[in-house]
Amino acid sequence: MKSIQELEQIKQRTLQEVNLRKDRKGTRVVVGMATCGIAAGARPVLLAFVEEVQKRNLQDITVTQTGCVGVCRLEPIVEVYKPGEEKVTYVKLTPEKAKRIVAEHIVNGQVVTEYTIGAAEK
Amino acid sequence: MKLYRSHVLVCGGTGCHSSGSAGIIDAFQAELKKHNLEDEIKLVSTGCFGLCAVGPVVVVYPEGAFYSGIKAEDVPRIVEEHLLKGRIVNDLLYHDHAKAEDVVSTLDEVEFYKKQKRMALRNCGVINPEKIEEYIAFDGYKALARVLTEMTPMDVINEIKASGLRGRGGAGFPTGLKWEFARKAPGDKKYVCCNADEGDPGAFMDRSLLEGDPHSILEAMAIAGYAIGSDQGYIYVRAEYPIAVKRLTIAIEQAKELGLLGKNIFGTDFSFDIELRLGAGAFVCGEETALMRSIEGKRGEPTPRPPFPAVKGVFAKPTLLNNVETYANIPQIILNGAEWFSQVGTEKSKGTKVFALGGKINNTGLVEVPMGTTLREIIYDIGGGIPNGKKFKAAQTGGPSGGCIPAEHLDTPIDYDSLAKIGSMMGSGGLIVMDEDNCMVDIARFFLDFTVDESCGKCPPCRIGTKRMLELLDKITSGNGEEGDIEKLEELGNNIKASALCGLGQTAPNPVLSTIMYFRDEYEAHIKEKRCPAGVCRNLLRYVISSDLCRGCGLCTKVCPVSAISGERKAPHIIDPDKCIKCGACAEKCPFHAITKG
Ligand SMILES: Cc1cc2nc3c(=O)[nH]c(=O)nc-3n(C[C@H](O)[C@H](O)[C@H](O)COP(=O)(O)O)c2cc1C
Ligand code: SF4
Repeated sequence: MKSIQELEQIKQRTLQEVNLRKDRKGTRVVVGMATCGIAAGARPVLLAFVEEVQKRNLQDITVTQTGCVGVCRLEPIVEVYKPGEEKVTYVKLTPEKAKRIVAEHIVNGQVVTEYTIGAAEK
Repeated sequence: MKLYRSHVLVCGGTGCHSSGSAGIIDAFQAELKKHNLEDEIKLVSTGCFGLCAVGPVVVVYPEGAFYSGIKAEDVPRIVEEHLLKGRIVNDLLYHDHAKAEDVVSTLDEVEFYKKQKRMALRNCGVINPEKIEEYIAFDGYKALARVLTEMTPMDVINEIKASGLRGRGGAGFPTGLKWEFARKAPGDKKYVCCNADEGDPGAFMDRSLLEGDPHSILEAMAIAGYAIGSDQGYIYVRAEYPIAVKRLTIAIEQAKELGLLGKNIFGTDFSFDIELRLGAGAFVCGEETALMRSIEGKRGEPTPRPPFPAVKGVFAKPTLLNNVETYANIPQIILNGAEWFSQVGTEKSKGTKVFALGGKINNTGLVEVPMGTTLREIIYDIGGGIPNGKKFKAAQTGGPSGGCIPAEHLDTPIDYDSLAKIGSMMGSGGLIVMDEDNCMVDIARFFLDFTVDESCGKCPPCRIGTKRMLELLDKITSGNGEEGDIEKLEELGNNIKASALCGLGQTAPNPVLSTIMYFRDEYEAHIKEKRCPAGVCRNLLRYVISSDLCRGCGLCTKVCPVSAISGERKAPHIIDPDKCIKCGACAEKCPFHAITKG
C-alpha cells in the first residue's frame, strides 16, 4: 500500500457492498413479491431496480421485497419510501418503468405520477 | 463490485460452528442456486454475534431479521419465503423472553443487545472476517494510515495514555504507560506481542474477537510497532483455536498482499511484519514471562520480574505484550480520539469490557458492556436471569485467579477497582453464574484442582502449597473436615499469595479465600454437621424417604440399581445408607416427591 488514497479507493469500492449492513436510513424501494406479484412479473422489475442502483452507484438505497399488498390486479406493485416524504405506490410496473422511476424519482425527486396508484385508479 | 439487494449473515464463530452453522451455509448456497438468487443475495460467514445460547444464528439484511436456532431444514423456507417473497418467517425468529409480547425481531430490538455497547466487538457479526476489503470498508487500517502519516510515536502514546485504556488481560495495567516504557527502553530491536492464549476455563472473548475481526488486531499491533519502534510482531495463540488460527493466517496474508504489513507501509519508512506462534494450551503460558519463553521456543516457565518485558523480553530485547481485547480498542481510539473513549466507563476504568457469560444463566454468550455496569444488569437485563426460577447465589469473575461475588454485591459497578475491593478481580472476562444448587466449597475445589494441574512446578509455594490446599478441600468435601481446617486454608492461601513466583501461584488461592469470606457457613456445615447444604458433595449426601409422604408404591425399589431400598407394600419405605450410591434415581422416579436429599 503506497498511499491513503489507495486505501480510500478500496473502501469506496466495498462500501456499496456492505452499506446494507451499516445503517438503514435512506430510500427504501419495496417490491411486492407474493405469488401474485411474481406471476405478474415482479422479479424482472426487482432486478431492474437493483441493476439501476448499481449502475448509478447510488448510496443509501435498499431494494427489498414484501408480501401481497392486496391489490393483485395492479401487480407488479412497488412502494418507494424516501425519508421525510410520503410513501409513493407505483403499479403495473415493467423493467423499463422501473428505470425511469430510479432516474426521475429516486435521483431527481420527481414522482412519476403517471405510474402511481392514484393515476391508475382514476 | 456487485450490488446485492440482500445479505444473509451466518455466524461462523466456534459456538455456532459446533451447533452446525457450516451445514447451514451449504444449504443456503444450494437453495440460492436453485432459485437463481445467487447474483442478488450475498451469503456471508461472520464472527460471533454473542448470543451463542440460541445458535446457530442467521441475520438477514436490510431488514435486520434475527433468526435463531436455525437448522439446515429451515433454510429452504427462509430462502423461499423471506428472500424470494419478502415474507419474514416469523416462527423462526428469535423469541425474546425478556419481552412481554415474546415475539421479536430485528437485531436492534433484542433485549440482549440493548444495554450492550459494542466497541471492541464492533465488527464481530457484521463483516466477513476473511475479506480485508470489508474491514477496510468499515474504516479498517485508516487509523494506521493516520498514525503513520500524521502522528509522531509520542503523539500515539499520549493519545492512548489520555484515553485511560487499561490492559484487558487481567491485571489492568495502563496501556499507554506500558507503551511508553517499551519506547523508552534502550535497544535497536524491539518486539510487539499479542497474548491470545486465553487459558481461563469458560472464557472465549479473545477467541471470538480473533475469529470475527482479525484485522483489527493486526492493525493495532502495527500501530504499537510504530509507537515503540519495532518492526516485528508475534501473536501467541493457542493451537486449540483452529478457526482463529485459520482466520489470522488469512488476514496476515491479505494484509501483506495489500502492503498493509511488510515494507514501507503507506509509502513511509515504517516496516512491520507479524508471525503466529502456536501455544500448546498450558495455562501458565498466558503469564507474560512464560509466554515469551515459549515464543523463543523454550519451555514455558515463568522467570522472575524484574527485568520486566519492556526492558528485557523476547530474545532479551525490549518487548511490548498486550491482550487481544486491549489491541481491539486501539484503532478506534486513534480514529475517534481519546476523549470519545474516555467518556465511556467509570473514573478509573474507561471504555467497555467483554464478558463470556456462562453457567446458570439463560443467555449464555458474549456481551460487551460499559465499565461500571452492575452485575445485576449483566445477569438479569442482558443475561435474561437464572433458568428454572432458581435463586442467584454468586458469580465468579476472573476464573481460577479471581473470586466470587455474592448476591449482596449484585449492585457493585463492574470495574477494576470495585471488583478488587470486594475480593474478586476483573480478570480477562470469564463470568460464571452460580445458583442455589451450586456448592461453594465444591466450586473452590474445582478451580484449585485446575491450578494445581496447571502449576508449572518451578517454585515450592505454588507447587506444594496449592496441593496441600486441595487436599484440605478434598478432606472437607468428603466429610472428614476438622475444626481448624478453614483457618489452615486461610493461612496457607495468604502465604502462597505472598511468596509464589508468578501470577498463577499468586492468585491461585483467591477462589478459596473469597468463598471462605462470603460463604464460611457452607464450609462450617461441611465440617461440623457433615452436611452439604446444596446437596452436591456426594460423600455428604443422604437420600431420605419421608414417612409422611411415602405411600409404599414400591416404584423406588425397582429403579434402585443397588437394591438399597426396602419396605412393605403400602407402608413407608427406607433407604439403607450403607448400600446407597447416591445416584438419585429413586428421587427422580417417586410420584409423591417423598424422597429428598437430607
Ligand atoms: C497464569 C496467568 C495466565 C494468564 N493468561 C492470560 C491470557 O490467557 N491472556 C492474556 O491476555 N493475559 C493473560 N495473563 C496476563 C498476562 O500475563 C499479561 O498481564 C497480559 O497479557 C498483559 O496484557 P494487557 O496489559 O493488555 O492486559 C495471564 C497471567 C497469568 C499470571
Ligand atoms: S507460581 Fe506456580 S506456575 Fe508460577 S512459577 Fe511458581 S510453580 Fe510455576
